[in-house]
Amino acid sequence: MFGLNARDTSLLIVVAILALCAPFILNPFPQGSAMAQFNAGYPDLMQRFVIFGIFAIGFNILFGLTGYLSFGHAAFLGVGSYSAVWMFKLLSMNVIPAILLSVIVAGLFALLIGYVSLRRSGIYFSILTLAFAQMSFALAYSVLTPITNGETGLQLSLNDPRILGVSQTADGSIPVTNLFGLEMRGTYQMDVGPWMFQFNAGYYLSALIMLIAFYLSIRIFRSPFGMMLRAVKSNQQRMNYTGLNARPYTLAAFVISGMYAGLAGGLLASMDPLAGAERMQWTASGEVVLMTILGGAGTLIGPILGAGFIKYFENIFSKINDTVLHQWFGFLPDGLEDFVVFIVHPFIGKGWHLTLGILFMLVVIFLPGGLVQGGQKIGKWLRGNKAGEDDASKASTKPAE
Amino acid sequence: MSKSNLTRRGVLKSGAVGGAGLALPTIFAASSASAFTNEPTGDSVTLGFNVPQTGPYADEGADELRAFELAVEHLNGEGDGGMLSTFSSQELKGDGILGKKVKFVTGDTQTKSDAARASAKSMIEKDGAIMISGGSSSGVAVAVQALAQEAGVIFMAGLTHSNDTTGKDRKANGFRHFFNAYMSAAALAPVLEKLYGNDRRAYHLTADYTWGWTQQESIAAATEALGWETVNNVLTPLAATDFSSYIAPVLNSGADVLVLNHYGGNMVNSLTNAVQFGLREKQVNGRNFEIVVPLYSELMAKGAGANIKGIVGSQNWDWKLENEKGATYTGTNAFVKSFGTKYGFPPSQAAQTCYAQTLLYADAVQRAGTFNPCGVVDALQGFEFDGLGNGPTLYRAEDHQCFKDVLVVRGAENPSDEFNLVEIVEVTPAEQVTYPPDHPMFAGGDLGTCNPGA
Repeated sequence: MFGLNARDTSLLIVVAILALCAPFILNPFPQGSAMAQFNAGYPDLMQRFVIFGIFAIGFNILFGLTGYLSFGHAAFLGVGSYSAVWMFKLLSMNVIPAILLSVIVAGLFALLIGYVSLRRSGIYFSILTLAFAQMSFALAYSVLTPITNGETGLQLSLNDPRILGVSQTADGSIPVTNLFGLEMRGTYQMDVGPWMFQFNAGYYLSALIMLIAFYLSIRIFRSPFGMMLRAVKSNQQRMNYTGLNARPYTLAAFVISGMYAGLAGGLLASMDPLAGAERMQWTASGEVVLMTILGGAGTLIGPILGAGFIKYFENIFSKINDTVLHQWFGFLPDGLEDFVVFIVHPFIGKGWHLTLGILFMLVVIFLPGGLVQGGQKIGKWLRGNKAGEDDASKASTKPAE
Repeated sequence: MSKSNLTRRGVLKSGAVGGAGLALPTIFAASSASAFTNEPTGDSVTLGFNVPQTGPYADEGADELRAFELAVEHLNGEGDGGMLSTFSSQELKGDGILGKKVKFVTGDTQTKSDAARASAKSMIEKDGAIMISGGSSSGVAVAVQALAQEAGVIFMAGLTHSNDTTGKDRKANGFRHFFNAYMSAAALAPVLEKLYGNDRRAYHLTADYTWGWTQQESIAAATEALGWETVNNVLTPLAATDFSSYIAPVLNSGADVLVLNHYGGNMVNSLTNAVQFGLREKQVNGRNFEIVVPLYSELMAKGAGANIKGIVGSQNWDWKLENEKGATYTGTNAFVKSFGTKYGFPPSQAAQTCYAQTLLYADAVQRAGTFNPCGVVDALQGFEFDGLGNGPTLYRAEDHQCFKDVLVVRGAENPSDEFNLVEIVEVTPAEQVTYPPDHPMFAGGDLGTCNPGA
């Protein structure tokens, strides 16, 4: 289907089902139970899962295929967000023009930065992209304050000159972002016994776009163009000697992944119309590198898993505080309870970075292929000795023409 | 080499799947049945405390969190009740809010607007918080206030000092108890004139975000009215930790006063750098070089150590207020006592404003008889109260800003212990710092109408 082979089709279908059922899958614990802390099925976080999934998928097209490690991808995300918010301020609260503009602007910006940065490879390329991203951050943070509103972040206000649409609604508030009238904030709540599931319009729009982005990335991976990018990764010198100029291919990959980042930025702003300069900071660029490596660079689904993993930690672990810990360990004798809380304390709340760092180290050391490799290992172990069959099927895979 | 396998069956299949995907969003037309966002239905109500646990304002955030925990304890009838007994409105009985037990969730704003919004959103969407409080940066406060307005919950601003919070960016669902940059400048100007004369040349270093801008604008306007001259204003990034490159040019600028429009960790670092460069021993035009820090706090004084001695600034509140300035500021001692008993040291002004805000919210709900944000807004607008440590205070209806006395303070020359680093120079009465709601520094904003969400 969709011009994919059977295996990729089933992967796409699995991702589609996961995305569709996310409100159920991410809310396994009943409301009010002690484990409800670990529920992630609320609109904001689900939106972040898929949006950062798009960001990581795009990054993977560059890093996973060509091996060029960009340390400045957050700049495109930020540029996308700013374009989208300006579109909301000036044109219309409909998300379509905002998302389109953010993709286009990010693409042009990527063309500019890519044209300069791709003159070098390896560490020099990484440093160049990092420098550009930090430059963009500094510009957004202070120099371009009239456009970006500096540290406060670009926001909507009650007197925006919106050409298509109203500056403020009849009851005197700022109109909300919508898709032809369907409000992105709109959420349908379903109560099933003690469980509560939230179905959010914005999430499903993002998920749909993520599926399209995922599908496109599969097509790119399987296309002759993708093969060329892989050739760049495995041996660029040999490519050059055979008379092929690799630059147009890498530049195309860079622009495509920049547009993915812009799309993610535009979507972020569509879900929550605010754009802050910190979206462009180098830590944000580093985060997408972590996501991709954690999930499995060069694999199709890895970056999505990695993005989900990191966002889960950022939003769930950072909100566990000592009071919550005392609740959990309340059954222990007093002294022991305090001791356990004392031991766990550095790893939760503001210490979530520490937990994530440890997990990242473990993954890189024991699963160099990322979470995807972990999944494969578990799969193999579950199927016992069927591994032999797997190898046979691998051997029969034909090289692309 | 390109591969195309466009078949009738393929197109049909793809079309069907795509169509189903497009049709999906139509099921969201319905909205939930409750009257307002996160209407509490059980026997408890959840408040969200969103404070910086990392970043330059982490110290303030930690102290705010302590105050929030204490306030929740007192609302639920635990502990000694703190300011509940001195509060002029005696609606709160220590049985929670409207009989519902108060629970709370916490989050880390990271002193970043984006992270703060994400954290606040998760409180509203996941934990069902009906009120969000906290914030120790005006950029964050403005962003979270806008979110609260959109989502239909109340935002009780914590430590935010920018004019914009209740000026250009004011919102119907947002309320601020803390004072602002204009008030600081209005209170400081007469004292600065008395101490340093009226022909000084000032050099400003300003944190580059909404608070810094309005703080600089306010203090420059107030000092220029005295006859001072503003030599230069240099914007510094909020995330900066080393200010030496900004301090060096001050030496040759011909200025004889340095105004540090910095707060928290920024101010501790910039002041330390300034002292290291020998600014305090410097003589310019035959006069001592002076440093002014418009917004001051005990926590900063502690961080800056001996460098803070003799430096003038303003505060919203100080724990010694009732002891030194009399019973007008009743509530102060009650709060200091219960905070000190629980944590072993006196509270900072950030803690006091957060504690007061939590009580004010709870009281407003109690008086309104509903958690509905619009009811709460009505109850708080134009509310006059006393006994929360700041003396008689008005929550002005036009911009949701509290008007109360402002303290002018100075770093103590010979502090008796680490809790007495700051001494109160003067208390400026509320009338002197009051301004009309359409004052140019606050113009351009519009409250809009209260949004109950849902």
